[in-house]
Amino acid sequence: MFSTCADPSTLDGLSWLACYLTTGKHMAFYLSFGTVLLLLAVTAPAALLFGFGGAAAARSRFAPLSWLGKAYTSIVRGVPDIAFFLFFVIALDQAFEYVRHRVKCPDWSEPVRQGNDFVVCTAAKLPLSTSPQWVHETYGFLLAVLTFAIVFGAFAANVLYGAMKAVPRAQMETAEAYGMTHRQAFWRILVPQMWVYALPGLGNLWMILIKATPLLFLLGVEDIVYWARELGGTKAARFTAYPHGDWRLYYFGALLVFYLFLTWVSEKVLARVMARLSHGQATAAGEAMRKAGA
Amino acid sequence: MSCIQTIADYGLRSIGIGERLLPKTDFTLCQQFTLIGSGMIWNVYFGVLALLAGFLLATAVAIGKGSRHLIFRKPAEWFIFIFRGSPLFIQFFFAYFAFLSLKGVSPVFDPLTSAWLGAAIVLFLNTSAYTGEIFHGALKAIPKGDLEAADAYGLTGRHRFRRITFPTMLRLAWPGYTNEAIFLFHATTLVFFSGFPAWQQRGDALYYANYFADKTFNPFIPYPILAMYFILLTLTVIWIYGAIGRRLNRHLPTEARRPMRFRPTLIR
Repeated sequence: MFSTCADPSTLDGLSWLACYLTTGKHMAFYLSFGTVLLLLAVTAPAALLFGFGGAAAARSRFAPLSWLGKAYTSIVRGVPDIAFFLFFVIALDQAFEYVRHRVKCPDWSEPVRQGNDFVVCTAAKLPLSTSPQWVHETYGFLLAVLTFAIVFGAFAANVLYGAMKAVPRAQMETAEAYGMTHRQAFWRILVPQMWVYALPGLGNLWMILIKATPLLFLLGVEDIVYWARELGGTKAARFTAYPHGDWRLYYFGALLVFYLFLTWVSEKVLARVMARLSHGQATAAGEAMRKAGA
Repeated sequence: MSCIQTIADYGLRSIGIGERLLPKTDFTLCQQFTLIGSGMIWNVYFGVLALLAGFLLATAVAIGKGSRHLIFRKPAEWFIFIFRGSPLFIQFFFAYFAFLSLKGVSPVFDPLTSAWLGAAIVLFLNTSAYTGEIFHGALKAIPKGDLEAADAYGLTGRHRFRRITFPTMLRLAWPGYTNEAIFLFHATTLVFFSGFPAWQQRGDALYYANYFADKTFNPFIPYPILAMYFILLTLTVIWIYGAIGRRLNRHLPTEARRPMRFRPTLIR
């Protein structure tokens, strides 16, 4: 990056470090922090959408739909989330390829599962083997986002279902007395009121989501954990102009600080939002604020 | 090969007893059930060890965080902040590399880099922080009247803590602590995916489930088996903690007992 970096072997001390920390690979490392933030930005609304769908389904009066919603919300309770991550990445990939296989190659006669192999026709491969590298990376990232959204959607569904139940029953009864249909009462009365009850749970979920982002590494995305292992290790460093010992401890220390900072900031912001939303609400927190003000 | 033979060969494979080589081809359902079940030994081992040891440290941390003295409060607060504010996954990696560099200093630290000790220490510290926060919340929620009554009876210091404060704290914290225990068991699946090597392919349940999914390229069999084992484990934890909770609350009328509510607030 700097002009002085042309010959690293002549450098020492701080200037060596400055050159070392601005190599191309380090730039990729810094960019991968962006990947984590992007994942958070995309996953949070997606998970909320999944959660809303799950909670609404669980409340449905149509029994099979309600069972589906309840099964979705409760499935994550008993099983480790990391097992879901490992499962969904392969399962989703195979599901997509299978559907494309049926559409694109209808006259394919052999079975898709042959012993230990999963075989689809070449045109159904995702992404196509001819596509450039960035398509492969984007596809991997999208699979990861979808996996995160499904798993965290189940958590969010749990929270939103509880929040919907927390809205006073009298509100819904009033809506019915005014002759609103179920659909109208749901959208006009229940949904606007449930957020204040849902926020503590959703805030918690946000913290959980932040702390789940390093699992991207297990899904095969080149994220910060991948780069920290790669750059900190001696193996890759030996073949660059900047050989060094085993520095993975420092790299992971930096990641630790990054995450501590992220959760610390989130905690502060969430406390603010909660105070804002509780203002004037008929909840314990709102009452405490009223008393403190008076 | 019959299923009984498979169980005899692989039932204790995860702790190094039985057949040395893992099955390579023609995987049967029986093999998958046996090996993944065998891996559960490690999950139970890590979970139980961390919970038992963590209980003591968590009590100390909770009292420290509630202390009036800065020298006790600040370390407890930082301890809780660091372990609750960062992902367990990163903590595992960090600890593993820290132990690796310790190993270079002296061979005394050798066992730290293997999962049975190193990962257990990380899980122990991690659960202590989470449990400490739960206990701290419970300490603050102890009814004022209970403590005043203790004062009125002339109970002070250690006596008051052992007879009044500690039992009430446990009682109030128990539902939250049950959740923490469940999620600690779930967190044990991270061990062999985070730096700590599975020596001679002796791994936990997820390690074997992942092995089968990789080999057969079919996630629809091993992961549901793993899920079944974990649901059983979760039910067992709920049952044991429920029994202890009922004993802690046995002097209360039924309606005054705080019901256990399962909430996903504790994933790391």
